[in-house]
Amino acid sequence: MPAYSYFPGCSLSGTSKEYGASTVEVCRALGIELTELEDWNCCGATSGHSASREVADALGARNVLLATDMGLDLVAPCAACYNRTKRAANVLAEGDAARKQRIAELLGRPVREPVRVLHLLEVFSHEEVAERLGGRAMQPLPVSKVAAYYGCLLVRPPKETGFDDPENPQTMDRLLRLCGLETCDWYFKNECCGASHSIPQSSVVLTLVDRIIRNARAAGAEWIVTACPLCQVNLDTRQQVALGEEPLPVLYITQVLGLALGLSPKSLGVPEQLMIPRVPAGAAGGGR
Amino acid sequence: MIRLRGSSLPGEIEALSGQRVFDCNQCAKCTAGCPMSFAMDIQPNQMIRLVQLGQADRLLRSKAIWLCSSCETCAARCPMSVSVAEVVDALRQLSRERGMADRSTGAPQFHQAFLDSVARHGRAHELEAIGVYKAKTRRFFDDIGLGIRMFRQGKLSLLPHRIQDRDVIRRIIRQSSGSSKT
Ligand code: SF4
Ligand code: SF4
Repeated sequence: MPAYSYFPGCSLSGTSKEYGASTVEVCRALGIELTELEDWNCCGATSGHSASREVADALGARNVLLATDMGLDLVAPCAACYNRTKRAANVLAEGDAARKQRIAELLGRPVREPVRVLHLLEVFSHEEVAERLGGRAMQPLPVSKVAAYYGCLLVRPPKETGFDDPENPQTMDRLLRLCGLETCDWYFKNECCGASHSIPQSSVVLTLVDRIIRNARAAGAEWIVTACPLCQVNLDTRQQVALGEEPLPVLYITQVLGLALGLSPKSLGVPEQLMIPRVPAGAAGGGR
Repeated sequence: MIRLRGSSLPGEIEALSGQRVFDCNQCAKCTAGCPMSFAMDIQPNQMIRLVQLGQADRLLRSKAIWLCSSCETCAARCPMSVSVAEVVDALRQLSRERGMADRSTGAPQFHQAFLDSVARHGRAHELEAIGVYKAKTRRFFDDIGLGIRMFRQGKLSLLPHRIQDRDVIRRIIRQSSGSSKT
């Protein structure tokens, strides 16, 4: 059974607690063992690296070293935590000596060769897990076509994250197809939603969110599916809905996987009203 | 490439960001893909040019360095492997250290409030960070409805999650995050 150390990050215990809950539920159902890092700290996110590279290095490295002490590869479901933590691990693995020395000084502990840092999607794509997923009978879902939204921090910068193809990632699309869903080909799957500005620059962010939502709708998406708590909150709360339109639901990949695995919507934090199948637009005679 | 003399800005930026700013050939691919360029007073390719030219004042007082969303699209697509995103981080650091950060964007105050909260507890306490940010910017009524909805859903906790080792986190943030001039 694959075992990992687990870094939930601040969002999953607060503003995105349904992502945290559904991560734990799905990993349990798939036999993936997660052990939460003891005494983990905030990765600093955009505010950390905006202050200085040292702050970002040291905040990220502390968590990497906690996982390294446990001897377990580290998994993070939040794309921002994953990005900052993996970059700190890259510094520990191949950074120059002065940069590592500064991390050791700030942390007050020696640094060492780090364990690997993975995003949750990479864990689901692990051969053993993918096989287990592929072998399961999946429950039918209330929608048939979804848009996988990757955003920024999973795929960029590619030389740091090395996650999939940065311009046309497919990792999440493949998982969604295993759930019996059709996935959209669309243009905004890796465009920025502006989440880091959601509070100070909400008017600019409305423009970015609107472009993404409109393109997903035009591609026929009934849900948007993400693997980032910042994207989910931003796309959900900054979405402008025109008169007579339904909001486009934005779900976490773990919620969709969980539903397909037959877990209860409640345990995954999926609102009950999303489980009512909608009449497909085509059935009423009209096209999209 | 010829190094322009008479300014320490390019050297400082290279040291802080690890980016070779003189490799930039002004192709503007970074600007073409930048999601925030429509709102910026200086475009991403122009930022790099101004660093080369040592135009510290214009850069450090600009809105653009605070409007960058750190999406890394520029870094992913630059044919010369220059990351505007990392240059922007270095500019933000200098801008704050010199008390030149543009406060009208709200971003410097937001980052400061967020990091102060992390320095206190070791983790982000959203309610506290947002409260401090609102007090600093006097934007008390923005997003009130959203805040209330999240609070009702139990997504904004009243009390912070404190970690044991928070002294280390405080040291990291206080020792190396410039200043709190914002
Ligand atoms: S893409 Fe790279 S080389 Fe082209 S202008 Fe931007 S930073 Fe310079
Ligand atoms: S990181 Fe900043 S400058 Fe680069 S593309 Fe994104 S918003 Fe534009």
